[in-house]
Amino acid sequence: MSLSVHNALPTAPRRWPWLHNTVKAFNANKTSWLGLVIFLVVTLLALLAPWISPHDPLEQNVFAKLKAPFENYYLGTDYYGRDILSRLLYGAQISLVIGIASTVLALVLGSIIGILAGWYGGRFDIIVMQTMDMLLAFPSLILGLILVAMLGPSMTNIILAIALTSIPSFARIARAPTISVKQREFIDAGRALGFSDARLMAGHILPNIFPEILVMGSMWLANAIRTEASLAFIGLGVKPPIPTWGGMIREGFENILDSYWLVLSPSIAILVVVFGLNILGDGLRDAIDPKLKGER
Amino acid sequence: MGAFLVKRMLFAVVTLFAVLTLVFIVIRIVPGDPAQVILGDQADATAIAALQKRLGLDRPIWEQYVSFLSGAIRGDWGVSLVTGRPVIREILDVLPWTLELTAVSMVLGTGIGVPLGVWAAINRNRMPDYVTRIGSLIGLSFPPFVSAILLLIIFSLALRWFPVISGNRATPWAWFQSIMLPALNLGLIMAAYITRVTRSAMLEVMQEDYVRTARAKGVPWSVIVWRHALRNALIPIVTIVGLYLGILIGNSVLTEIVFNRPGLGKLIIGALNQRDYMMLQGMMVIYTLIVVVVNVLTDLTYALVDPRVKLS
Repeated sequence: MSLSVHNALPTAPRRWPWLHNTVKAFNANKTSWLGLVIFLVVTLLALLAPWISPHDPLEQNVFAKLKAPFENYYLGTDYYGRDILSRLLYGAQISLVIGIASTVLALVLGSIIGILAGWYGGRFDIIVMQTMDMLLAFPSLILGLILVAMLGPSMTNIILAIALTSIPSFARIARAPTISVKQREFIDAGRALGFSDARLMAGHILPNIFPEILVMGSMWLANAIRTEASLAFIGLGVKPPIPTWGGMIREGFENILDSYWLVLSPSIAILVVVFGLNILGDGLRDAIDPKLKGER
Repeated sequence: MGAFLVKRMLFAVVTLFAVLTLVFIVIRIVPGDPAQVILGDQADATAIAALQKRLGLDRPIWEQYVSFLSGAIRGDWGVSLVTGRPVIREILDVLPWTLELTAVSMVLGTGIGVPLGVWAAINRNRMPDYVTRIGSLIGLSFPPFVSAILLLIIFSLALRWFPVISGNRATPWAWFQSIMLPALNLGLIMAAYITRVTRSAMLEVMQEDYVRTARAKGVPWSVIVWRHALRNALIPIVTIVGLYLGILIGNSVLTEIVFNRPGLGKLIIGALNQRDYMMLQGMMVIYTLIVVVVNVLTDLTYALVDPRVKLS
């Protein structure tokens, strides 16, 4: 009955296990590809903004202020006569840069904290995770708001504040699989071969928990973009006149009674990007853990 | 029961203490001297020194820390730098508005979210499931101020069902009008979240042996779903509702701004714009207090819903 074992060809170890796992996860639920396409299209538009924008996003024109969409300007103009479409395209750059930078920062720091806590366990684990829980308990938007207000609303400070509020979630997501993976045989094998802790964690734990972190990353990128827009709406965004989606909604809100399109187009832009990232993460999560289907 | 409570209370106290320390540090890492920032660049040295004395900034740092901690516990959170009134009075004046909004939103969020989640779960991989899943993902994609503005455009500007600005709460109808849109905004976003959690919790419970046993012995389907399954699914839902409060409070800041409604949100934005450090300090203390109290309440509810949790 165990004869077939001898017939089975030894499968070659995969070169890039994390890449293989990721593509497999994408294929398991096709809607994640749609999410990825939405995200890539928006990224492309943001990168091409200097070439495809019909106008200069900062150019003011008093004779063409508060123009409704479709008369010369595709999406109309704002109070200063600036072209909204051009501002949207440039605003995408800010949203994506802040979103991606803060998510990557939080992902790297949070994963390191989570893996270390899970790997070493014991008192170290308890203290670190309790601290993370405390940070997690505090309303993150308010923490971010206070940090940005205190440090001053610059791009770097906004990135730092958003990253800090999302580190605990990444630490949590990285810790749990670390604990289960570290009990597997191949880790013992690695130990027997004399691998250092650092090599085991980076080379053997990380690839195994990569899919979970990736799912969390796309969900948190959506959250970071939403938080950046919220901060800008409150007036804690990158300084005007640089266009940001949240800032455009803030300015447009003052003229909402007669020119509702000022808030409508940046709102739709935020929604499309965040929705794309959410279905991306949602689909990937289904693939990774079918039991969790649909939970966030 | 007693041991569990003591442990949770201890954790709450430690959290409170840690956050208070964090608040103290955050307020003091501000680049530049707070007194200088408050008074502006043109202020002369004596005025700055006087303000430093008033704020206690001339004392050693550990002395400031001790007096800050003891003040925070005694309810003496200093005096607002803008209005000159005690910080705690300013906060208590608007606190009911925010608590009222949060409570109504929570009722709406769970009231809409739980039934929708159950509906999606019992129709798994059929039309109701797809509709609620996509609907809840769209709901989760809304930044709260965007959804608030859309509600404002639709119900106040286009349909004119609700006044754009409403502070009048004299009659029950006026109260309803003033709270409905903000609460709906927060409630719908929360419902999107709760729907997903309920759905997955229900899916898990529906696979249990006791559900199959109940079906086999002919218990009516609705009784199985609503009495047997949902009661067990409620355990993770309660935890999530408790955890969600942090998000809800953050979202309420944006909602209060859009609907121009008094509350902690408008207070904190005012304090940020006017660099009212004392007020900010007090706001952070009150937010921490709310979160800690809700965490303890969540633990208690947890035990109420799940008799297996012996609170130990």
